[in-house]
Amino acid sequence: MHADPKGVLTGVHFLDGDHACCEGTLAAGARFAAGYPITPSTEVVERFASRIPTVGGIFIQMEDELAASIAIQGAVWAGAKAFTVTSGPGFSLMMEHIGLAAITETPCVFVDVQRGGPSTGLPTLPGQADMMQARWGSHGDYGIIALCPNSPQECFDLTIQAFNLSEEFRVPVMMMMDECVGHMTEKVVIPEPDQIEITPRRYTKLPPEEYRPFEPREDLVPDMVRAGEGYRFHVTGLTHDERGYPNMSVETQDRLVRRLLAKLEPLANGRSLWETENLEDADVVVVSYGITSRVAQRAIQLARSRGIRAGKFRLITAWPFPAERIRELAGRVKAFVVPELNLGQMVLEVERAAAGQAKVIPVSHAGGTVHNPDTILNAIVEAAR
Amino acid sequence: MTPTTTLEIPEGAQNPVEPFLRMDRMPHIWCPGCGIGTTVNCFTRALLDSKVNLDKVAIVSGIGCTGRVAGYARLDSFHTTHGRAIPFATGLKLANPELQVVVYSGDGDLFAIGGNHFIHAARRNMDLKVICVNNMTYAMTGGQSAPTTPAQAISATSPYGAFEPTFNLVALAEAAGASYVARWTTYHVKQLSRSMEEVLKRKGFCFIEVLSPCPTLYQRRNKMGDGLDTMKYYKEASKIRHGAPTSECTLSKSGEIVVGKFVDRDRPDYLELLRAQMTESLGERYVEREASCSC
Repeated sequence: MHADPKGVLTGVHFLDGDHACCEGTLAAGARFAAGYPITPSTEVVERFASRIPTVGGIFIQMEDELAASIAIQGAVWAGAKAFTVTSGPGFSLMMEHIGLAAITETPCVFVDVQRGGPSTGLPTLPGQADMMQARWGSHGDYGIIALCPNSPQECFDLTIQAFNLSEEFRVPVMMMMDECVGHMTEKVVIPEPDQIEITPRRYTKLPPEEYRPFEPREDLVPDMVRAGEGYRFHVTGLTHDERGYPNMSVETQDRLVRRLLAKLEPLANGRSLWETENLEDADVVVVSYGITSRVAQRAIQLARSRGIRAGKFRLITAWPFPAERIRELAGRVKAFVVPELNLGQMVLEVERAAAGQAKVIPVSHAGGTVHNPDTILNAIVEAAR
Repeated sequence: MTPTTTLEIPEGAQNPVEPFLRMDRMPHIWCPGCGIGTTVNCFTRALLDSKVNLDKVAIVSGIGCTGRVAGYARLDSFHTTHGRAIPFATGLKLANPELQVVVYSGDGDLFAIGGNHFIHAARRNMDLKVICVNNMTYAMTGGQSAPTTPAQAISATSPYGAFEPTFNLVALAEAAGASYVARWTTYHVKQLSRSMEEVLKRKGFCFIEVLSPCPTLYQRRNKMGDGLDTMKYYKEASKIRHGAPTSECTLSKSGEIVVGKFVDRDRPDYLELLRAQMTESLGERYVEREASCSC
């Protein structure tokens, strides 16, 4: 279906990434946000608080991030599309409820505008060190989706994708922004509502007596219901059977947890989003994401001007990681260079996928600013040798 | 030996509360003598008597023995995370104000790990009905100390006697801004049921504390007898004092239990305040949220 025109600010704008992300939530149909102020993410909900009363919806500033990250899930089960926004320490507090959303298959979006860590770290400065936390931060086995925009335009576009994917797969989706992308201001084009594709929530067509809330369809995703419509359904964070009832058996645990991961398999490779350049003849491929991909772009240009056959692989979907694609590239390139604003996170995935077929060279940075393009260039030169 | 009487149960007969329960989940997990089932019985009777549309009632629990209530209620029911039933319920209510949202949880869940959410929901006068079964201990995990465990009581984590000052839950609720505050024990089934019925018909943040025995852990460790002995204690030690200043309603290990309705005041609730403020600031530009969008 197309976007509801009420939320779509069609036109050409000059927006920072945080504001563009907010416009993305509104265009995607989000009518509920709960947040707690934290730099450098707060502008997303500040704009939402200003916009939503004239669109029709709720913004509530909660008492902490634990509250914000579960209030949105209550709103989802009442029928809303909902999201929360945070950074570093707040993201840490939300981990328990990412697990709850995973096991209860509650579609919702978590925006994390990454800053330097650990702990209070560098509140106003960029980092990309929450990438593993986004994937593994809550206890137990489960799958999530994480998207990494590298411009305000993508903050808008990918936020819509994030909502769409969360509805399709019924998983929490993370928008893994960073302080630079969140605070940089660029041109953002917001299309006409009928040019924006929206994935509606898939509600059951079965009557209450036949409906089983966690009975998966063929694609392993169950149909939803919402409170107040006579289904008298039960949702629990305990391991549950298809009726939604707690069940502590090993078989039920196995069936449920394996499905929580298996339902994302179609996304891992065929439908992952990435951007590539010059891979055809590449000896060295720079794998990067977010703000770092823009610095890497310069390094790749410099390398090419020196006659080094450097190519670009920009991760847009960080999770599920496009391992097959990297593995395939590993068979024909000399090396991967992986710059990121952390001491080595996504590089581990590249290494895992490359499985020794190509060298993998991390270009780590503890955060606080972006890389110097020369640092990445040096790594490319070294790798091409 | 006392002769036993055989009670003939007519075919098809059912307890009047059965339609309100998920009978396919029985038997429940609660111990013999536990008071949680009694409170659920009172709650189902309140639902019956209040004639609310059950399709529009949602129940939210946290974690713990009382946290299991949501799972047995044949309503739209949500068993959430430890301490966070109130913020989940907040989202549920705000996204569909037609719902009557009941939060049903224990003292440890609502006042230790979830204490911050409780005071803020009361401050906002969020239209939630919070029922707290207070057994003065963490029962599910084996009887550890709670913020409600009275001085000198023995628990798994205060083996030499508790000494931390406790929360007076009704005073806390009043101070934080609750519209309605009452306390009963599981001995006061009629009164409790009536209070529950009253809050189901009332707007605003409502709080009912129900003292309830945990014979398996709390009473046994403290040599206070079984469930029946606790009923006798509740009967003898309780004084009904409607309107009593909540500051005078502190509980202790074996002292007087002041019960009754302490607070019943009208304050605009969160959604009324929101609507008033937005209308004042934005006039006709304000768009009331859609009940629940189908997108």
